[in-house]
Amino acid sequence: MSTLKLPAKMDNLRRFTQFVSRFARDQRFPESRTNEIELAVEEALVNICRYAYPNETGDIALTCRQSGPKRIIIEIEDSGTPFDILSVADPDLRPDIARRKAGGLGIFLIRKMVNEIHYRRDAGKNILTFIIELERHHADALVKPAFSTQ
Amino acid sequence: MEVACRKEKNTAIISVTGRMDALCSMDFEKILDEQIAAGETRFIIDFSGLEYISSAGLQCILTTAKKLEHRQGDLILAALKGTVKEVFEISGFSSIFTIADSVDSALAGA
Repeated sequence: MSTLKLPAKMDNLRRFTQFVSRFARDQRFPESRTNEIELAVEEALVNICRYAYPNETGDIALTCRQSGPKRIIIEIEDSGTPFDILSVADPDLRPDIARRKAGGLGIFLIRKMVNEIHYRRDAGKNILTFIIELERHHADALVKPAFSTQ
Repeated sequence: MEVACRKEKNTAIISVTGRMDALCSMDFEKILDEQIAAGETRFIIDFSGLEYISSAGLQCILTTAKKLEHRQGDLILAALKGTVKEVFEISGFSSIFTIADSVDSALAGA
């Protein structure tokens, strides 16, 4: 298991994403899957950096661990504003360029890239857990609000 | 991320290589804005060297496309591959943008 804890600032984004990529490569995940994992983590971290701590500074703690062969668990923890990523509706992908809205794709991409997503609010912390297997589902990730990592 | 611009057949060809994350996507949009400000309306973006893109990069491309629509411009996305191609497909962008297999085929159709 390895953990990286740093202030929730965009300047730290690449330290987090490189930390996750290194872990995935160490578990012999292929480059294509490593990119997908990095994407999911980047989208979650950008949300936290932008919105979790509107009035103060705070940290993000990112933990990676192996869970059986070819299975990784990534836990992203912050002490900011409560935010359940699972409550966000998918964007409408149908409109043409003129009517298509610019935002809302980040969480949608997370759902597509990881195999399971879990969110819980515990002791003043947002705890987001991604379960990642060697292959992504070609449907949305399983969504489970209550999850124990024990 | 590195970005190179050239012009061929009255079309600005923007080649982007490396990784486009939330930190550098605004730089990419700024380069496209400068090209639009210089009067360019026909664009091909060459993604053959791009290995990674996140939603911030997608937003820059959509924002640029909206600006070009106001100017009766044209934007073709060429040579998508790997995870980048997958992200364009998942996000529905492959359906709303003109996609070409290569810069040459985009130019041939331009």
